[in-house]
Amino acid sequence: MDNSKIGQHISGQFNKELEDVRNKVLTMGGLVEQQIELAVTAFSTGDVEMAELVIKQDNQVDALEVAIDHECMQILALRQPAAFDLRLLITVIKIVNELERVGDLAERVAEMAIQLTSAESSSKRDQYYELEHMAELVQNMLHGALDVFARMNIEEVAIITSLDDNVDREYGSIIRQLITRMMEDPRNITRMLDVLWIARSLERIGDHACNICDHLVYMVKGEDVRHLTQAELEEKVKG
Amino acid sequence: MTATQVRSHTIDMSSVLRAPQDNGVNETCIKVENLNLFYGAKQALHNVSMDMPKKKVTAYIGPSGCGKSTLLRCINRMNDLVDSVSIEGKILLDDENIYDKAVNVAALRRRVGMVFQKPNPFPKSIFENVAYGLRIQGINDKRILEETVEKALRGAALWDEMKDRLNDNALGMSGGQQQRLVIARAIAIEPEVLLLDEPASALDPISTLKIEELINELKEKYTIVIVTHNMQQAARVSDYTAFMYMGELIEMGTTSELFTNPKKKQTEDYITGRYG
Repeated sequence: MDNSKIGQHISGQFNKELEDVRNKVLTMGGLVEQQIELAVTAFSTGDVEMAELVIKQDNQVDALEVAIDHECMQILALRQPAAFDLRLLITVIKIVNELERVGDLAERVAEMAIQLTSAESSSKRDQYYELEHMAELVQNMLHGALDVFARMNIEEVAIITSLDDNVDREYGSIIRQLITRMMEDPRNITRMLDVLWIARSLERIGDHACNICDHLVYMVKGEDVRHLTQAELEEKVKG
Repeated sequence: MTATQVRSHTIDMSSVLRAPQDNGVNETCIKVENLNLFYGAKQALHNVSMDMPKKKVTAYIGPSGCGKSTLLRCINRMNDLVDSVSIEGKILLDDENIYDKAVNVAALRRRVGMVFQKPNPFPKSIFENVAYGLRIQGINDKRILEETVEKALRGAALWDEMKDRLNDNALGMSGGQQQRLVIARAIAIEPEVLLLDEPASALDPISTLKIEELINELKEKYTIVIVTHNMQQAARVSDYTAFMYMGELIEMGTTSELFTNPKKKQTEDYITGRYG
């Protein structure tokens, strides 16, 4: 299914409205991706200013969420869309919600980065390379999901959702490490809890990327694939 | 709360998950089989086959000239009145082919009532309009007529508005009231099937909603087939929708499925307002 689908209505104004919603979602997605990127960099370099920028950006993400929801509502009320158009708008309302949550999680990472920076020197950051790897994974997942939305092609969905297992594994191993460090020296506990929050946030971002993928399968195929196992999802996407 | 108590509070998911419009009945009432219809040399219906379930509303949608009214009119053999028409195929009403030679067309039309786009009350009183069908059947018992008229007018949601004006001329009613009167006239003879050809297209939005509400009530008793240009109306009132294009049945399915996830591209293009 190609995304020129949006632009074939007899009503040119309707085309424009749908195109505008789509562009706003992509803008919001880009902004959220940037938030994660900056939050993770702020954490690994101890750049407080950058972390504060992430927190500020969250206002923009929130404003986009409200604006996009409003536009979808308008179109639903005024145009009574059906079939793909209807699924597109319903999906957008859901995706936007997921993206807003991802933005909040990036903000949480940034907040923890600020706390950790005041608590320890940046030289200690090398020990968290696993966290950075996990961040990279979830960034790829989210990017992939947004790419699926932009191209309206769900072939890659199963690949993206399959990455979530890797993320969960990394998360488990990070937790084990953090517990070890807490046991080594109880003075570490406060800081390790902050790091735990970061790991938890990243893990949740992966989950939201998977949810977005589920919504996109519904948008493109009209098939509800929420709450299925990876194998069932692969089956549905192929079939 | 104990586990047993919790269990006794467990909700019945099958009833919770059932769609509100589902009344549980699921039998075929009208079955169209390989129907071809020609106006002279021009073929207007191409090999149409479909099943219309009992006590459900089936809507036909499609662009002008796609054959939806023609198909509707086949169900009570209205097309017999057009000279140049020839028809092949079968339409089974309760397993009986209505195009069979033995079928009495007048009797068929008593079983299959029809309401048209423009209300067409007779220039008589409201009472006589509704009683008309009974009178031509030779029923003149005043008590029976009064009972039937009241029942039909109640059925068409007109009784409360009209009960004190039964002797007024029907032509003095509003368009929406006239259309409901015509529906009352159709249901007075207790048909099995009601055919509605654009029943609300000449009405204002409130009268339209009243007709739609009425359709929803009437499906408790009758199998309803409705032709409409208004897709939102089809979506609102029908259980099943058939999309027709150039004399062919392109797709038929439950209304919710057809409007959220149509299987054919032509259907999708039509219901979303794209170039077909």
